[in-house]
Amino acid sequence: MKYPGKILPEVLKTAMKPPVTVRYPYERTEIPEGFRGKIHFDAKLCIGCKMCMRDCPAKAVEIEKIGEDKVFKATFYLDHCIYCAQCVDSCPKKALASTPEFELAHYQRDKLADIQK
Amino acid sequence: MSEIKIPIGPQHPALKEPESFSLTLEGERIIDAEVKLGYNHRGIEKACESRNYIQDIYLIERICGICSHSHSTCFVQAVEEIAGVEISARAQFIRTIVAELERIHSHLLWLGVAGHEVGFDTLFMYAWRDREAVLDILALISGNRVNYGINTLGGVRRDIDKEQSRKILEIIKQLTERTEYYIKVATNEPTFSGRLSGVGKLSTEKAKELGAVGPTARASSIERDVRRDDPYGAYAQIPFKVITDNHADVLGRTIVRVFELLESYKMLKYLVQNMPEGALTVKVPRRIPAGEAISRYEAPRGEDIHYVRANGTEMPERVKVRAPTLANLAAIREMLRGGFLADFPIVIAAIDPCFSCTDRAIQLVKDNGAETVDWRQLRDYSIDWHKKRGIDLSRI
Amino acid sequence: MEIVWTLLYMLVFPGFLFLTTYGMICEWVDRKLYARFQSRLGPPWFQPEADFIKLLSKEEIIPEAANPVMFRLLPLFALASVLTAFLYLPIWNTAAIYSFSGDLIVVFYLLTIPTLTFFLAGWHSTSLFATLGSVRNVTQLFAYEVPLLISLLGPALLSGSWSLSEMNQFFVERPILLLVNIIGFFVALIAVQGKLERVPFDIPEAETEIVAGSFTEFSGKLLGIFRLAIDLELVVAATLISVVFLGGSFGLHPVLGFILFIVKTLLIVAILALFRTVMARIRIEQMMKFCWRYLAPISLFQLLINILVKAWFL
Ligand code: SF4
Ligand code: SF4
Repeated sequence: MKYPGKILPEVLKTAMKPPVTVRYPYERTEIPEGFRGKIHFDAKLCIGCKMCMRDCPAKAVEIEKIGEDKVFKATFYLDHCIYCAQCVDSCPKKALASTPEFELAHYQRDKLADIQK
Repeated sequence: MSEIKIPIGPQHPALKEPESFSLTLEGERIIDAEVKLGYNHRGIEKACESRNYIQDIYLIERICGICSHSHSTCFVQAVEEIAGVEISARAQFIRTIVAELERIHSHLLWLGVAGHEVGFDTLFMYAWRDREAVLDILALISGNRVNYGINTLGGVRRDIDKEQSRKILEIIKQLTERTEYYIKVATNEPTFSGRLSGVGKLSTEKAKELGAVGPTARASSIERDVRRDDPYGAYAQIPFKVITDNHADVLGRTIVRVFELLESYKMLKYLVQNMPEGALTVKVPRRIPAGEAISRYEAPRGEDIHYVRANGTEMPERVKVRAPTLANLAAIREMLRGGFLADFPIVIAAIDPCFSCTDRAIQLVKDNGAETVDWRQLRDYSIDWHKKRGIDLSRI
Repeated sequence: MEIVWTLLYMLVFPGFLFLTTYGMICEWVDRKLYARFQSRLGPPWFQPEADFIKLLSKEEIIPEAANPVMFRLLPLFALASVLTAFLYLPIWNTAAIYSFSGDLIVVFYLLTIPTLTFFLAGWHSTSLFATLGSVRNVTQLFAYEVPLLISLLGPALLSGSWSLSEMNQFFVERPILLLVNIIGFFVALIAVQGKLERVPFDIPEAETEIVAGSFTEFSGKLLGIFRLAIDLELVVAATLISVVFLGGSFGLHPVLGFILFIVKTLLIVAILALFRTVMARIRIEQMMKFCWRYLAPISLFQLLINILVKAWFL
């Protein structure tokens, strides 16, 4: 049957239920397992092959040697990173991993260069 | 009443992306319409030429925020064809599952937008609320709500496990119910269906002539669907119907989309329950041998075409993208003519346009009108522009 | 002393101060309900006030091609006319502060003035979208005005008076007769939705088509005042309907009468909010058709009923 206000019963039912809006940041939804957030770097595993740098589509990761030994530090440019986790896939030694961290905004641009040793 | 010409866009509340339409009106009637493209050029095709294939997947994925998987699959298929690799059946199924989930979220999004364009914001809110469920499941499968990044050369990056399959089925059940309800509302609410029927007419002949694709063409009773006509992924192995409608107006396009939703639910059910075993990826060399390929893909908005030419290096020599909106734009003029100004937003929305995906050509003419600006100058100009605003992009 | 009271009536209660506060409360109720119907959270109670203050502090931009005097005056006209209209409406008892025979028609036409100012505002801003919006404004006016007036005339006919206060007194004495006007009540509710330019009749300001219609070029204080006037129009319209069709305060003790006034107006606001939730915006020609083909005949039918009732029973 056609009549205006077809959606009315649904509307009244909805008004009785609590709103679906999530009151971020007071309330948070669950972050799914395997979420691609900020990248974690494990310096102990890195061999400095720079495969991650080669495949990163946003040139957001830089691996540099520190000191004489085979010790490396990684710089992630959080403003450039597109959180694709390709670096995680490309790393042959599993030195990189995605974390669920996603609240990475900052007022200062230089704080967005995240150095991990 | 005398004729007036009104500019709609590049900035206008009805358009979510910048594009310019110039309408000639006589009172509230539209006599003619002119479409101007080119406000959103991003140079993606060119940028692909200076990145390797792996990097390109992510760049191509960002052509569109809504059918990101469509573009990346289309591209990856072309590259795999050149490289001559056959991906596993399981990987095909996973790609297809994500593709159908994407179609669902895109069509639900469209339903909401259609509601909003005709001032039916309640439908908008409800459709988008239910769409959240699909986005959640996509985030669960792929790790992100929008750019799934599930494709890689030679297969997919993530598996779908038992628990995830169960969740997909659960959500399908819930969405089927909701979609059936929306079909009831959309066809029985006179203020809504009255705004859709008879609006934006596009006859079968005209649709063929102007090369309309996707739901726009199918609503003009053209039975054309790449998934069936030139199957890719797992589509050859699953049963499904191509939905068409003979209304040839916005109501028809709505009907095609909502019934496609129901069809997608059935397909997903079949896909999830019949997933074959197999490896996720097969090895693809980093250097793709010289060759070229065209790949077709039925995106939620219509047929998407990618052309890739490889020259034996790590980077493609040429990438060309024909987004579905470009094919449908020609029909816009036909659909708008003779309609009401009030119908303008819904007619535009009915092709489900994605303007920034479409704009892939630009020609900059210097003030004197003679010289064109080449790629390098354009790049320098943009780097300079951003630098003045404190952002250094020269590294990229 | 008289003058002090008059000023008090006009500026504090039930005039400007009370009406603006209540108008904003009504706007909040409307928005909150709209949100809850859509399964959203909705704004906090002070949102309309915050919006208003924000608009007051914003820059005013007047288009070069527009007539600056008209541009500035029109919002004030709109506000003044709805404020004046409110003084003729009985609120806490059956007698309004000011009343004379025929004030029903005066209130009705005072309520038309905002629409006319919207039209002039759009016309004077000379922009294309504003002009289109203002043309739609008047076109729509011709559609809803007749059914609304006829439906208001029904009760007036029954009570044999054109004064709101007398009409109210009449119905308070014979509440059963309110039931006779039930059709007119619904017609008025629908037509008033057109007057307030809300979905499904928000055609003159249809956002996705003509940006903000008549208000496209308005900003800052001027837009704030217009929006305030629209809020007040909502209260005045709701009060008018409650007085004419629902018996107003029912002649109870002023305090109880006032509570009744609040309850009834909020109820009407809630019904109007529901209307705009469940429908889509229609086209202007669909609206014309609807108003002339259905709404006007129905309201005439109501008038006929009233004539018959009056002839036989009174
Ligand atoms: S997540 Fe992607 S963009 Fe970010 S550093 Fe890794 S590869 Fe680069
Ligand atoms: S790919 Fe892994 S091992 Fe190689 S440089 Fe990057 S982090 Fe280190």
